[in-house]
Amino acid sequence: MKKFTVAILVNNQFGVLNRVTSMFRRRQFNIASLTVSETESEAFSRITVQSEGDEIKKEQLINQLYKLPDVVSVAELGDLETVSRELLLIKVKNDPDVRGDIRSASDAYEGKMVDYTKESIMIQMVGDSRKIDNFIDLMRDFEIMEICRTGIVTLQRGGTTIRRVTNL
Amino acid sequence: MKLSGSDILVRTLIEQGVDVVFGYPGGQVINIYDSLYKFSGELKHVLTAHEQGASHAADGYARATGKVGVCIATSGPGATNLVTGIATAYLDSVPLVAITGNVPNTTIGTDGFQEIDITGVTLPITKHNYFVGRVENLADTIREAFRLAKSGRPGPVLVDIPKDVQIAMGEYAPQPLVQPDPAQPAKEIRIHQAAACINSAQRPFLYFGGGLITSEAQDELLALAERIDAPIGCSLMGVSGIPTDYPRFLGMQGMHGHYACSMAMHHADVIIALGCRFNDRVTGDRAKFAVGTKIVHIDVDGAELGKTVNPVHGLRGDVKKTLQKLLPLVNSAKHPDWQAQIAMLQEEEAAGLDSREGMTPRNVISALNHRLGENTPVATDVGQHQMWAAQYLNLKTTRRFISSGGLGTMGFGMGAAMGAALGTGERTVLVTGDGSFGMNLNELATAVSHRIPLVILLLNNGVLGMVRQWQTLFFDKHYSNTNLDARQTDFVKLAQAFGAQASRVLTLEELEGAFTEAFACDGPYLIDCAIDKDEFVLPMLPPGGSMDDIIVRIGD
Repeated sequence: MKKFTVAILVNNQFGVLNRVTSMFRRRQFNIASLTVSETESEAFSRITVQSEGDEIKKEQLINQLYKLPDVVSVAELGDLETVSRELLLIKVKNDPDVRGDIRSASDAYEGKMVDYTKESIMIQMVGDSRKIDNFIDLMRDFEIMEICRTGIVTLQRGGTTIRRVTNL
Repeated sequence: MKLSGSDILVRTLIEQGVDVVFGYPGGQVINIYDSLYKFSGELKHVLTAHEQGASHAADGYARATGKVGVCIATSGPGATNLVTGIATAYLDSVPLVAITGNVPNTTIGTDGFQEIDITGVTLPITKHNYFVGRVENLADTIREAFRLAKSGRPGPVLVDIPKDVQIAMGEYAPQPLVQPDPAQPAKEIRIHQAAACINSAQRPFLYFGGGLITSEAQDELLALAERIDAPIGCSLMGVSGIPTDYPRFLGMQGMHGHYACSMAMHHADVIIALGCRFNDRVTGDRAKFAVGTKIVHIDVDGAELGKTVNPVHGLRGDVKKTLQKLLPLVNSAKHPDWQAQIAMLQEEEAAGLDSREGMTPRNVISALNHRLGENTPVATDVGQHQMWAAQYLNLKTTRRFISSGGLGTMGFGMGAAMGAALGTGERTVLVTGDGSFGMNLNELATAVSHRIPLVILLLNNGVLGMVRQWQTLFFDKHYSNTNLDARQTDFVKLAQAFGAQASRVLTLEELEGAFTEAFACDGPYLIDCAIDKDEFVLPMLPPGGSMDDIIVRIGD
């Protein structure tokens, strides 16, 4: 199924994330990735959601989002005109036989070792989702103890901002 | 001026033009009830028998008047008892403001006595809801609730007010009536595209739902129908939108729609759909619905365009404003072949109509038709009687058919009829069944105490008729839990025990006598009208079927 990403500018009040995700749940829109944060203005939060489905499903999702009074604007984020990043923390078992290989892989992916003990190595990595996926795949040759990734954060390139998207 | 939160609430309701509220007191709204006592000269409160009745009454009031209906309940069970009523209003886009009390802010989140997270509970069945944490926000939140309830596609809004906010003192300054967001037409370019599509139609069909009534677009609809020589049909929610006897009107479409209407919609080459949402009771099997037909869909809610069916042209905008812009772009046309085809369908329908004598559903509703005034609201419950009412009622005025379409709420009728009667000042008819009536008959107490003029026409067949009909047709006559005979309820004595008048009728003659008494009665009057348990609602489009599967008659 085709994945797509939308950014949603919402009023920064308690319960708003619940209202948005509740709509996703009851209308059976899948959430592949979700990030929420404050924005340049205290009044708004930004929710970035990756979902999946065809063009009709995407339109329906955006229309349903606009029905929520706390939603200020919605921007559909295509791959080309945006920058997308994810942060990964991954903990793998520290084994004298493989620690060299782990380090090489991490270096090749521009990862950073952020914790090192006798039992474990923790690597931090920033990149687009595909790079993160590939790195995790690579680490499967070793013993992965734990993974935590943030989900996607995305901004449009150039002078365009979500604040300027008012209606579809 | 400084007022208590509860005084601010009641003053804001009065300021927003509310003349009657429906509700039930309790521990966490006792302050609100004290304020209602204080302002009883300006705002009437109707005590119902159950909070569900209050929510349906506010709903019936709103449907009949077009104004926002208001209901009040206490926290916990009071609030949850509103839920079915709020959901009913949500599915039928009825403007409603529901006010609930809650435990004080300091107790919120501790599972206090009668504490329920009602904003959480009602999240998916309200347009929006509010928890008012501070008295400073109370008046503006109420105003915002009214604005939202009546703007665009109307719907219910809930405002939850903890007890300490009702007690706290705050500043109140009266404000004018909040106006709904201005109605906007669809985009110009889309209107032009739609006009071109309509101008190309050989077999145009105009179809409307409840959105036409909300938008008050009757005149524009009829003008368009005349201009393009199109027949008109409606959904259940559209009933009473235009006069039943309007010559181009074929009635209701859908699972139990009129034969000619459903077939005409099936054979149309362009369907112009106004203020409706193509729910499954309308489309049947979506894959087989309107195949090869172009749909021009106009609705104020953009999310309805393409939700279930794929329109060629989806126009997001107010129906009336959009039609006003569309009309000058549409060419006058005549479609004699199409009209001949429609006439044939109507003849087929007329030939298939139930012509039996005696207490048939059709004869009972026809007898009722003769008693209806221009403005008499008719409320229904849900089931076979509801469909018979929708099929056979002859209504002249908009907002006079009050029925739970989307949620299909049995028990809706008693509350809704009371609300409609109080809102319009008209004697109101409730067409109900013994199953539905059993669900909220406690509201007879309310109707008696307020001497609300209701004619309760109870079609009593001793069964849950609609489910029984499905059991007959699709479940080998396994009448599982649909036979009510064992109940032995005497509805006449029951009504009398509540202090209402009542009579039982077994023939059409007796029915006429009962109508004469009922339509002159000062207060509620129940007519226990016996009908056969094997009456069917026909035609019937089997669930998930298409027009090719339509059942017109049974057993021969």
